[in-house]
Order: sequence, then structure tokens, then C-alpha cells
Amino acid sequence: MIVLALDVEKRLGTLMLVVRFEAAAGATALFGPSGAGKTSVANMIAGLITPDRGSIVLDGTVLFDAGAGINVPPHKRRIGYVFQEGRLFPHLSVRQNLDYGRRMSGRPRDAKEFERIAALLDIGNLLDRRPGMLSGGERQRVAVGRALLMRPRLLLLDEPLASLDAARKREILPYLVRLRDDAQVPIVYVSHMPAEVRRIATTVVRLDAGRVVATGGLELLQDAEADAL
Amino acid sequence: MLGLTPEEWTAVALSLRIAIVATAWALPFGIAIGWLLARKNFWGKTLLDGLVFLPLVLPPVVTGYLLLISFGRRGPIGAFLYDYFGIVFSFRWTGAALSCGIMGFPLLVRPVRLALEAIDRRLEDAAATLGANSVLVFFTVTLPLALPGIIVGVVLCFARALGEFGATITFVSNIPGETQTISAAIYTLTQVPGGDAAAGRLVLIAIALAFAALIASEWLSRRAAIRFHGE
Repeated sequence: MIVLALDVEKRLGTLMLVVRFEAAAGATALFGPSGAGKTSVANMIAGLITPDRGSIVLDGTVLFDAGAGINVPPHKRRIGYVFQEGRLFPHLSVRQNLDYGRRMSGRPRDAKEFERIAALLDIGNLLDRRPGMLSGGERQRVAVGRALLMRPRLLLLDEPLASLDAARKREILPYLVRLRDDAQVPIVYVSHMPAEVRRIATTVVRLDAGRVVATGGLELLQDAEADAL
Repeated sequence: MLGLTPEEWTAVALSLRIAIVATAWALPFGIAIGWLLARKNFWGKTLLDGLVFLPLVLPPVVTGYLLLISFGRRGPIGAFLYDYFGIVFSFRWTGAALSCGIMGFPLLVRPVRLALEAIDRRLEDAAATLGANSVLVFFTVTLPLALPGIIVGVVLCFARALGEFGATITFVSNIPGETQTISAAIYTLTQVPGGDAAAGRLVLIAIALAFAALIASEWLSRRAAIRFHGE
């Protein structure tokens, strides 16, 4: 079943982004070298950049349609976005960060849900700290928890491990795998690292210089590695 | 206490009331204008920027005179406010608060603007993806992150309002119990023989108040810093 259907064009400086792909349930990797336009695609899905042309449909809801003049603002899209740098709110505690999405949507507190996510990501002991006191790995886990607790229709992870060293990456990857298997939220995983993508994704969309060059299974990663050699 | 006469106490209390009212009124406008200058591009922005900072560079007497001819009972704004709302500024303590607020305004706007410019806009994007509309983003992310700058601005504006002399005396004169602030009282006392002792007492009070404002700002800024970065 198709969860996300994207067909957009956007000029970004000298880069012309022409991207079309469909993502099913499970984890889809948006894979390609730096500068291919991956983050811009993620920002368009989240509504932080507006495409020049095309449409974005999530779960049968039109989020963007240039022709019909539809552009759902980011705060109404319910897409959990985990940014490369975490972007936790420095003036709020971990608990308040995790709770932010629920507060903004005015939903009642759900202690069970909160505890489940905190346990899934192993962040229950960090709740009273400030983001400034967290390690890089802890920060990214909290960022994932914050995105999950807003009950997203789609989880968008943009190079969530890029700012971490190898040891921290190994620390977080199992949580992301667990997330894919337990959380039942479709995932779009943006990365340029074949090793990460192999662990997490089931489908791969390969992006290069603003265009989708291939869509398929994990075998695309081998082609990419072969190309790189 | 301190050997102050009732008249002197009146001047101290009036100064504090005027400075507090002036700062409280200036604050929302200061945040709004600081936000406009930091975030928006619009026609006349340079003009607005200049207008806000004018009281800082103009001779205070000129500002006071401009207030007198526009906000006085016969002035265009003053007459309008009196006819429709019954509000009077001239020769009232409210007029002193107005002139003090305007004189302190640039000192409030500048740090607020700088703080807003320094905010990582990507945090606001993150808040939007988490379901916050632009008003909620402003009140839950932008404003708290700008708080240290807002505190600095409030303290500077308050201190300026507390010490304002030239514009106030030109606009609302020097009426004991109505518009005679500490500064105006000191000025009056220095003009009469034997006023030195009383002037000296008020000078000490002025120094104490200035120090208290500085210490309060230091303490508040430190608390804000702790909130941001943990102990």
C-alpha cells in the first residue's frame, strides 16, 4: 500500500530538483551523496519548503498540490521530523521537549504512551535534564522520542546519525531498527551512508543531483558502492 | 527612615511608579517593534528604525517639546485623546510616564531585536513540525529564547525612565506630587539655598536604585542562562 506519493519540482540555486517516488509502509531510504537534494526533499515533505510544481500526498490526504493551490502548513501535517542536529528546545527539559507535540495539539496526557516511548528509546532517566546536558546520542534519541510522541502519520529522519561518532552510531542504530518494527509508523530515512540504510530500510530511493536515479530494494546500495569504487 | 521628608518620599515613590508604568507600557510595543525590525522587510523599515532611535540622539528637551506640542491638551494627538477617551497627559504623572517610556524605548528595542536576530530559526521550524501554529511558536519558542535580551532591555529602559529629566520636565513640568521625580526634585533643591542636604539624600537614593536595578538584571540573566544550559 502506498503511504506517501511525491511528485515535485523545485529550483534551488543552481540545483534543479525533480523528484518523484512512492513510499510504502515500512522504512524507505532516501539515499544519495551530499548535495543530491535529500534534505530539501525532506523539507518539502514536512512543509518547510514549498515546491514550485507538483504534489505531495500522504495516506490519501493531499498535503501539497500546486495546481489546486493546496499547501497544508507544517503544523497541520503531523509529520514527525528528526533533524540532523536534533533541534531540541534548549529552554525546555527533556520531559517538556518530549511533551511539546502533545501540548501543541491540545491532546490529553497519555502516561502509558509516554512511558512506552521513553522505554523504547531508553531515555526515562534523562527526563529532568536540559538538552545542553545530554550527549550527542542521547540528544538524538530524545529527538526521535519527541517526533514519535506527536503521533505522526510519517516519521522523517534526516541523517539522524550524521553528527555522531562511530560508537554513538552503533549505540543508536538498534533503537531505530526497533522503532521500525514496533512503532508501526512509516519511516522515510534520509542518509548517504549505505551501512545505515542497510540496517534500517526496506526500500531504497536513490537520489543524485536532484533526480531519482533508481528505486528498488537494498541491492541498489551495492550498485552505489560499486560506483563509488 | 533615612531622614527623608514626606515630600522627598513622594518624589521617590512617584519616580518608581512612573518608571514601572513607562516600562510596562513600553514592553509589548518594544517586543513588537523589535520583532518587526529583526524579522520583516517592509517599506519604510529604515524610517521606523530611525524613528525608534531618535530619542536616543535628539536633545531630550527637543523630545519633550515635540511631546508637548503633539500630546498637550491643544496638540493634535492630545486633543483627540482627551475628546474621545478623556485621557490627559500634559502636566500629569501619566505624561511623565509617556515621556520616560519614549526615552527608554530605544534602549529596550535594541537588545530585544538583537536577541530575536540571534535565535536559531530552525528551532521554530522544528516547533512547527511538532504542531505549533505561528502564534504558539512565538510564545513557546521565540519569546523564551529571546528572554535574556528582553531582560536586558527592560532593565535599561527602567533605569532610563527612572533617571529621565530633560524630556519630562519640558513636557509635564516639575509639579511636586504629580510630575516631580527624583531627578526633578534634585534639580529644584540645587536651585534653592540650603537644599544641599536634601539633594544629597536623594542622590544616595538614586544611586541605590540604579544599583538595585543592575543587580536585579544580573540575577535574572543568570537565572535565564541556567534555564538554558543547565546548572
